[in-house]
Amino acid sequence: MALMVEIKNLGISFGGLRAVSELDMEIKKGELYGLIGPNGAGKTTVFNLLTGVYHPDTGSFKLDGEELIGKKTIDINKAGIARTFQNIRLFKGLSVLDNVKAGLHNHYRYSTAAGIFRLPSYRNAERQMDEKAMELLKVFELDGLADHLAANLPYGQQRKLEIARALATDPKLLLLDEPAAGMNPNETQALMDTIRFVRDEFDMTILLIEHDMKLVSGICERLTVLNFGQLLAQGPTAEVLSNPQVIKAYLGE
Amino acid sequence: MKKQKLRSNLITYGIVLAAYVIVQALIAADSLSSMMKGLLVPLCVYVVLAVSLNLVVGISGELSLGHAGFMCVGAFSGAFFSKCIQDVLTFSPLRLLIAMLIGAAVAAVFGILIGIPVLRLKGDYLAIVTLAFGEIIKNVMNIFYVGIDGAGFHFSTQDEFALNLAADGRMIISGPTGITQTPKDATFTAGIILVLITLFIVLNLIDSRDGRAIMSIRDNRIAAESIGINITKYKLMAFTISAALAGAAGALYAHNLSSLTAKKFDYNTSILALVFVVLGGIGNIRGSIIAAVLLTALPELLRGLSSYRMLIYSIVLIVMMLFNWAPKALEWRERNLGRFFKTSPNK
Amino acid sequence: MKFLSYLINGISLGSVYAIIALGYTMVYGIAKMLNFAHGDVIMVGAYAAFACIMNASLPPYAAVLVAIVVCTVLGVLIETVAYRPLLSAASSLAVLITAIGVSYFLQNVVLLIFGANAKSFQSVVSLPNLKLADGALNISGVTIVTVISCILIMLALTAFISRTKTGQAMLAVSEDKGAAQLMGINVNGTIAVTFAIGSGLAAIAGVLLCSAYPSLSPYTGSMPGIKAFTAAVFGGIGSIPGAFLGGLLLGIIEILAKGYISTELSDAIVFSVLIIILLVKPTGLLGRKMQEKV
Repeated sequence: MALMVEIKNLGISFGGLRAVSELDMEIKKGELYGLIGPNGAGKTTVFNLLTGVYHPDTGSFKLDGEELIGKKTIDINKAGIARTFQNIRLFKGLSVLDNVKAGLHNHYRYSTAAGIFRLPSYRNAERQMDEKAMELLKVFELDGLADHLAANLPYGQQRKLEIARALATDPKLLLLDEPAAGMNPNETQALMDTIRFVRDEFDMTILLIEHDMKLVSGICERLTVLNFGQLLAQGPTAEVLSNPQVIKAYLGE
Repeated sequence: MKKQKLRSNLITYGIVLAAYVIVQALIAADSLSSMMKGLLVPLCVYVVLAVSLNLVVGISGELSLGHAGFMCVGAFSGAFFSKCIQDVLTFSPLRLLIAMLIGAAVAAVFGILIGIPVLRLKGDYLAIVTLAFGEIIKNVMNIFYVGIDGAGFHFSTQDEFALNLAADGRMIISGPTGITQTPKDATFTAGIILVLITLFIVLNLIDSRDGRAIMSIRDNRIAAESIGINITKYKLMAFTISAALAGAAGALYAHNLSSLTAKKFDYNTSILALVFVVLGGIGNIRGSIIAAVLLTALPELLRGLSSYRMLIYSIVLIVMMLFNWAPKALEWRERNLGRFFKTSPNK
Repeated sequence: MKFLSYLINGISLGSVYAIIALGYTMVYGIAKMLNFAHGDVIMVGAYAAFACIMNASLPPYAAVLVAIVVCTVLGVLIETVAYRPLLSAASSLAVLITAIGVSYFLQNVVLLIFGANAKSFQSVVSLPNLKLADGALNISGVTIVTVISCILIMLALTAFISRTKTGQAMLAVSEDKGAAQLMGINVNGTIAVTFAIGSGLAAIAGVLLCSAYPSLSPYTGSMPGIKAFTAAVFGGIGSIPGAFLGGLLLGIIEILAKGYISTELSDAIVFSVLIIILLVKPTGLLGRKMQEKV
């Protein structure tokens, strides 16, 4: 399989603290890859580095051969990376449908004047956006809630809506930051199916951060384990999870 | 949702049209006092000011305290045009229309020039910088002298004599005295048309791709960036359109006054517009209209109480704010008046 | 010599701005609100002193004391009645608009009591002018008192905040209200104390301002209020040394601009400098950089 993600020697410090250092990681196209580690290991920092929220001190990050370090967040999204957030970041004042349509922003265009004067290009694009957004909402069984305000959704559905919004930007690589946080075991089980479905149906490469080991061992094909910003272990899921060092890092001394 | 939005918008247009018809009927029946008649154009001006400011404060989520500055440049550029063209173009509705377009265009240019540097700032810092810009515009207009004679325009920042006007020359802008005798082209009908156009632009913008982008930035800047929305572009778009509408309102205002001075556009006017927006409900366009009308008319209606009127106005303002926004008051309303009010303020 | 005398006038005006800005910045730091009525509290303080001197014939120091008491009580009253119910409102704009309402209210109450005509304020400082360099440099008694008061207030405030329990509580509340509450700090009480101090300072500023610029009207406080707010932002809002520095710089810039460039444009120049500073350093001269956690 072709290589989708190539990370080499990625590192960043915050005021003397090495939050992430010398991280190497490779993800193949279509892979479901897990990034795990104890709290404060630097997992979300890695996501922030990959999406241009922070700029690393060292290293390179290539998506499909294209170097993305130094680019701005919106350009990284345009290059094909979309993400969700650990602390959910929905557009709370917008409807569920409009959250997804905001994700379609760069794929259906019409001018400001066309929007104000309701020209045919407005009607066409809006109709196509509605259809596309409803399609995505169906995947996450949110289509019945399209008219609700995003703020009024229960927690689990808010997480799903964030994934739908990210998918709307038509990424090559999807970054999920603790997608199962706050879900009950049934919801987590359903989420695992959805993530697999998204990978197969949309031909997606997925990198996810998760603490729920059932989810990680259930769907991730390979893992990278971080501890205090350092690479602790890397490889196929079963192998990594039985690594004594990993067990030690998780359970403590 | 779509249908609901459409219906809500139609109600808003309907309220404006109904108000127009009622006022016209009252005028025809000669039962409107001359004081109220004098208020009609300013009412339209303040409604446009409030609705346009709501685009920045409510829809784009940025606090601006310099809205009067845009109104000021719109008023002066529009009035300047009409003063120059007065004798050539005598058809007043056309003259007013062009003046408002010019006012809007000049204000939009200022909106872009100011917006590009300042929109990087957030919250209260943006508020103070916009306030500062509004005051700068006012101060600079205050020392601006322009005259015209056979040789063309003359500018100065000192006084009228520094212009060296020829004998046939006349003053157009004279510093603190501003522009006097702008043709009185503003009418209530023109005002209502401007209100409707403003509503059309703002309501349709909100319900479009650009509006979604603007609101997504308001709700969560980091998430908006992560889905590829250009923050600077859309903040600037909201700010500029808002400035342009305020400029048009300023031009209308200028054509309703016999003497236009920069003093009228100080931070108090900006704050007044903000009061309309917050009292009407942040992001609630119809609320802005109603608040602007009520709060503009209130001091006039209280005129009988002479010196107490502004005191009462201030008390009403404080009480209404507490009643509409204090969490305890909202709770009480929910419990006791739930049947009558289902409105809780827009978040 | 001309420059020196402008500079001294600038420091004097700047000291008044600094005293007002200190009040602004403390209130902002703790309640996270722009108190637009702060300028009007200054005006009330000046009127209180004025009434004491003119109507009750009190000696100046007693008049100043009365003004401080009046403003302190007023500040706490405003906070309790108008602001406190809104501090947890859904939008922070709500309390801003209420503050504007309070500003109108104060102006109109004073207007009703004292009338719209400007009063001529009698200086509370009877020190003789200080003549230096053979009379070429003339420093008024008011200037000396103003500058000294400003420095003393600044030192006292810094000591109060770092040395007393109440001061520490203020720091805690401004850092994190919820956590402060959990630590057993009386949050509402601390906010009230902050308003009391800020308003007391406003009274001193009002008296000093009107001693230097003797015309007193119900709108006297508005522009100095806005300027001091600008000074607080300029120095980095929430920071006490920042307010002091911002106030001084603002006063100096204003007087120099008036002296060398143009009286009409001095405000425009002051605001331009503010804009430039904020664009270069978005949180003000001594402000802390905030980073949003992602």
